[in-house]
Amino acid sequence: MKFGILINEGPYTHQASDTAYLFAKAAIEKGHKIHRVFFYHDGVYNSSRLTEPPQDDRHIINRWQKLAKDHHIDLVVCVAAALRRGIKDENLQEGFRISGLGQLIESGIQSDRLVTFGD
Amino acid sequence: MTEATGGIEMEEDTSGKVKKFLYVNRKAPYGTIYALESLEVVLIAAAFDQDVSLAFLDDGVYQVVKGQHTKGIDVKNFSPTYRALEGYDIEKLYVEKESMEARGLKESDFIVPMKIIGAQEMAGLMQSQDVVLSF
Repeated sequence: MKFGILINEGPYTHQASDTAYLFAKAAIEKGHKIHRVFFYHDGVYNSSRLTEPPQDDRHIINRWQKLAKDHHIDLVVCVAAALRRGIKDENLQEGFRISGLGQLIESGIQSDRLVTFGD
Repeated sequence: MTEATGGIEMEEDTSGKVKKFLYVNRKAPYGTIYALESLEVVLIAAAFDQDVSLAFLDDGVYQVVKGQHTKGIDVKNFSPTYRALEGYDIEKLYVEKESMEARGLKESDFIVPMKIIGAQEMAGLMQSQDVVLSF
């Protein structure tokens, strides 16, 4: 099955990004395809290159980056939500791209299931 | 903005494919940004010619209550946008009856005509959709 993922909450404060990551990993292991992860609302903070968690904690941003690289997942950050929160190309982690909300709708049209993670 | 897709193959064209999209709004209009950013998705989505419906549940029913004044909290009043939805061919707007009644609201309190449906019917509406986005 082809999945699209929507993440609406920022890293660390909220479990949404963690759960989405574990879901994506499990789905891939089962042979499904994750074609895109779309970051919206505070979810855009999941793309900040400036994130530096303590050494003994998981690195949520780099974890997405690696999963995307290994499995050709398109990581898209909403431009309007990002600019509102100070996320720009300058501080965007490699492997993510900033684009419009149309990418979310397209994901809904193209995937078999669009799964939302957030409140 | 970067348009590079990092080696990801281009997806197929979406033209002609029409799916049923339902936007579920559950939160009060101000206090959090969810309602405003949900509305932004709805407006962008209109350009994709999809079959769109909006549902308002829980505190989300307050989003479509008329007579909002936001000057006191220095936040943009986006209420008028709901009246503009008709111009985007978005005309299927639903309010859950139980949520409305629990908050002492009635049909005439809304800024645009809303279809009032019970929780049971709302469940059926959700069941019939291809894509449900909850904000």
